[in-house]
Amino acid sequence: MISFSPTEEQKMIVNTVKQFANDYMRKKFRECDEEGKIPTDIIDTSWELGLVVSCIPEHLGGAGWAHSAVTGTLIAEELAWGDLAMAMNILAPSLAILPIVEMGTEEQKQQYLPRLCESKFKAATAAFIEPRYNFDPSELSTTAVRKTGYALNGSKCYVPLADEAEFMLIYAKEGTANQCFIVDKGKEGLEIGERDKLMGIKALPCFHLQLKDCTIPLENRLGGNNGCDFNRLVNLSRVALSAMAVGVARGALEFARDYARERHAFGEPIGSRQAIAFMLAEMAMDIDAARLMNWEAAWKLDRREDATREASLAEMYAADMVMRSTDYAVQIMGGHGYIRDNPVELWFRNGRGFTIFTGMAIV
Amino acid sequence: MIDFELSPEEKKSVEWAHEIAEKYFRPVSRYYDEHEHEEPWDLINTMWERRGEGGLMGLGIDGALRTEELCWGDAGLALAMPGPGLGGAAVFAAGTQEQWGKFLSRFNEGKPKWGAMAMTEPGCGSDTSAITTTAVRDGDYWVINGEKIFVTFGHRALDLSDGIIVVWATIDKSAGRAGMKSFVVEAKTPGVRVEKLERKLGIRASDTATVIFDNCRVPFNHILGKAEVKTKTEGFKGAMATFDATRPIVAAMALGVMRAALDMLRDVLEKEGIRINYGAPRSKQSALERDFMEMEANYKAARLLTLRAIWMMMNGIPNALESSMAKAKAGRAATLITQRAVELMGPLGYSREYLFEKFMRDAKINDIFEGTGQINTLIVARHVLNFTRDQLK
Repeated sequence: MISFSPTEEQKMIVNTVKQFANDYMRKKFRECDEEGKIPTDIIDTSWELGLVVSCIPEHLGGAGWAHSAVTGTLIAEELAWGDLAMAMNILAPSLAILPIVEMGTEEQKQQYLPRLCESKFKAATAAFIEPRYNFDPSELSTTAVRKTGYALNGSKCYVPLADEAEFMLIYAKEGTANQCFIVDKGKEGLEIGERDKLMGIKALPCFHLQLKDCTIPLENRLGGNNGCDFNRLVNLSRVALSAMAVGVARGALEFARDYARERHAFGEPIGSRQAIAFMLAEMAMDIDAARLMNWEAAWKLDRREDATREASLAEMYAADMVMRSTDYAVQIMGGHGYIRDNPVELWFRNGRGFTIFTGMAIV
Repeated sequence: MIDFELSPEEKKSVEWAHEIAEKYFRPVSRYYDEHEHEEPWDLINTMWERRGEGGLMGLGIDGALRTEELCWGDAGLALAMPGPGLGGAAVFAAGTQEQWGKFLSRFNEGKPKWGAMAMTEPGCGSDTSAITTTAVRDGDYWVINGEKIFVTFGHRALDLSDGIIVVWATIDKSAGRAGMKSFVVEAKTPGVRVEKLERKLGIRASDTATVIFDNCRVPFNHILGKAEVKTKTEGFKGAMATFDATRPIVAAMALGVMRAALDMLRDVLEKEGIRINYGAPRSKQSALERDFMEMEANYKAARLLTLRAIWMMMNGIPNALESSMAKAKAGRAATLITQRAVELMGPLGYSREYLFEKFMRDAKINDIFEGTGQINTLIVARHVLNFTRDQLK
């Protein structure tokens, strides 16, 4: 039966996250962007919500909730509404947790998951994106060669929290297939490079890394002999980022709307002019459409069906939508939108990233 | 729970409509495009006889999805099929249960019948509150006078069947929008006549009539809603409530046309060995692939906005904003997608040997009727800004 209504439980989770985003993230996001760091107390407070460890089985220290991509998109939208950089920081451990919970061997689960189930935030991450203009997830240039262990070679970038991660997943090509490998902190041959200097999400520490014959045990290939379902992981990332795009755009719409109601020109609110009002209407329609497309893709993933088509279309639509919406928000505010005292220029910078960010979050 | 799965009954009903569209509509699609005003009687009678099997276009999720399928077959022919239509929707949205029985039961018995709605006048289109047609009370009757244009099904409702036409008129000019009411006029009522049939860019199998009301007398209880002019906008709200129900249906029609173009385009490309590589990054997509994906994404966006608006209506959730969103998005998407399909197919797209050019002509009406894209965008903007019509004109 077609339904567009989240469950009562999902509504409760959304309300909790919304409250947190409003009370904590929204109070500090400008300062964080300017200073390039996020206060640990915000991250620790978010940790208490249990968002990322909830899907870890109880006997390994988690809450043992069934994983749902739909619920994940609802959470990601609210967090990104609060602030995109913080949202990515808060959800970064999921980049390692979710693939292991879904596809890891029993040994991998027991070895790695309990390490993140502590009272304070523990970083873990994944290295996916590679520093080339024509980066293609299906054609990774990082390689894994099977010898006595796996030897990893290549370079990655945009790896969130790489410096403090307890362990990370590294995506690489083994033969003709893309696989995922679990690499411990400080492993020889894993060189954490300089922090990436990015246009947006400046509060989130992201790093370049080099893999120079980084050799890991054979049993550290995600899923062991079975390997992983790479496509599914990419699609789970697509819906995560699209949900975040919706959250960012919604923030921009709300801010521009309030401004258009209050700012007067020629004796009336600028929102009384169709040139302004129609931009807001277009934003509202595109935001809703992007959210619904993303829900459908996530719903398909929850049914364990291939959602490459839905997730790719949702991702493309959401990335276009968030760029246009944040651009309109700056435009509606005119000169004031360009000033760093107002948040829309920050959202505009963040908005540009969604054609690039796939692989930096997962739900 | 968020869910996109159709029930087995809905699935069956959609499949039924698709089969009808493919088997009966498509083969005669070009013929009735090129023979405007010729009645497709065989098709009409077949569909009337088979109406009990799955229902035609209609309200509800399954009704919208059937609408999409039938318009996938041919949007003009879908708008020629007998049934209660927009007139029926108005009765359903604004009428009493007694009126449902009196005016709607005919659509389930006897010969084929059509229902029409008359709103637009020569002097007013989008500004529906400016209508000049009048209804004056005379004892147990209303006397209606005025001229209505662009009445879809007008000819079939009045001349070819014992149908109904719902006409919007003012009972008190001084009351402005509050004085607007709708009335059911049955076929063969003295004083109502079809003056002319329009010749159109597309959806040519659909009749678009000018209807004259010349001292047309209808019984008092043919008014939909209350006869008193009470609150400021009550009458107008009746019209708007009808639109909340019908706009998503028109959006569903647009969905059918755009998917027809997309499906045909995909078929041609596949025959040429071109497959859309969905997961590929932008730097590795051809312009054609990118165009196709954008078209498909916009189709999906329009479709989900439409289904949401209908789902809200069926669950009793106010959907004025969402139905305008669906209509604005679907009308625009259909217009642009079909234009792009003609462009991508080059000389084949422009040729009347193929249906691409027809899809483009048929699609355009979806950006116009039942509220233009601009009017619906204006409604969305007012909701977003929480502005009245005086604050945002």
